[in-house]
Amino acid sequence: MSSTSSRLRTHETNGITKVEFVDRNILDEANIQQIGEEIGRLIDGQVNPKLLISFSNVDHLSSAALGTLITIRNRINSKDGQLRLSDINPQIYSVFKITKLNRLFQIFDTAQQAMASFT
Amino acid sequence: MNGQSPDRVERHVVLHDRRDEVDAAQSDLFDTLASLGYGEENCFAIRLALEEALVNAFKHGNKSDPDKPVRLDWWAVPHRLVVEVEDQGEGFDPESVPDPTLDENIEIPSGRGIMLMRAYMSEISYKDPGNRVIMVFERRDP
Repeated sequence: MSSTSSRLRTHETNGITKVEFVDRNILDEANIQQIGEEIGRLIDGQVNPKLLISFSNVDHLSSAALGTLITIRNRINSKDGQLRLSDINPQIYSVFKITKLNRLFQIFDTAQQAMASFT
Repeated sequence: MNGQSPDRVERHVVLHDRRDEVDAAQSDLFDTLASLGYGEENCFAIRLALEEALVNAFKHGNKSDPDKPVRLDWWAVPHRLVVEVEDQGEGFDPESVPDPTLDENIEIPSGRGIMLMRAYMSEISYKDPGNRVIMVFERRDP
């Protein structure tokens, strides 16, 4: 099933929802809030959500975007779900490393590797 | 007042909390930096730090009051950029912001902006009472 919402592209395979961003820059506060709400609805719609967020399309993100990712992670954990991140370019990955969030999230080089890691 | 010479460019801009104004100011800055020879990795670092500084100014400094603008001043030469962002708030003590990388803070969604500014710029300082941040970037060539 594929669908297009205003800020996300989603694709579901074998109970795993893959999310990609429409925007190359995840900087604008209003957009980040909308992304959080849209992913929140995806989480709410599943019992044990399995979510893969791909950053293949993303060039820039802000600390507010990181905050939204942490909120998403906390919500998924509260539902005994699983979250994976993938396709993070080296510059964006440096943001995760500096903030040590690379230790909080399960990050994979490719979406394929991330998909294979779900249990 | 806008000033320009072949090797030194400066701008003094008043911004409101509107994406189109911020984007226009950033485009002007990054077009200038590209013309001065700043590469993509440099611009990534500067864009991130500037975005964080502006968000902090509008959100925390001006408390998201749409009537309160933020002042953006910058000057650039081929190997050095100085950016200053001033809000109309009461200021704050940047040392009072908790370390977001500590285990007890790592799951808290907020509080990473200043850390990223410090990480990506060469120097940052605050002018008393803390409502004006001064960021210096020394160009890093590969």
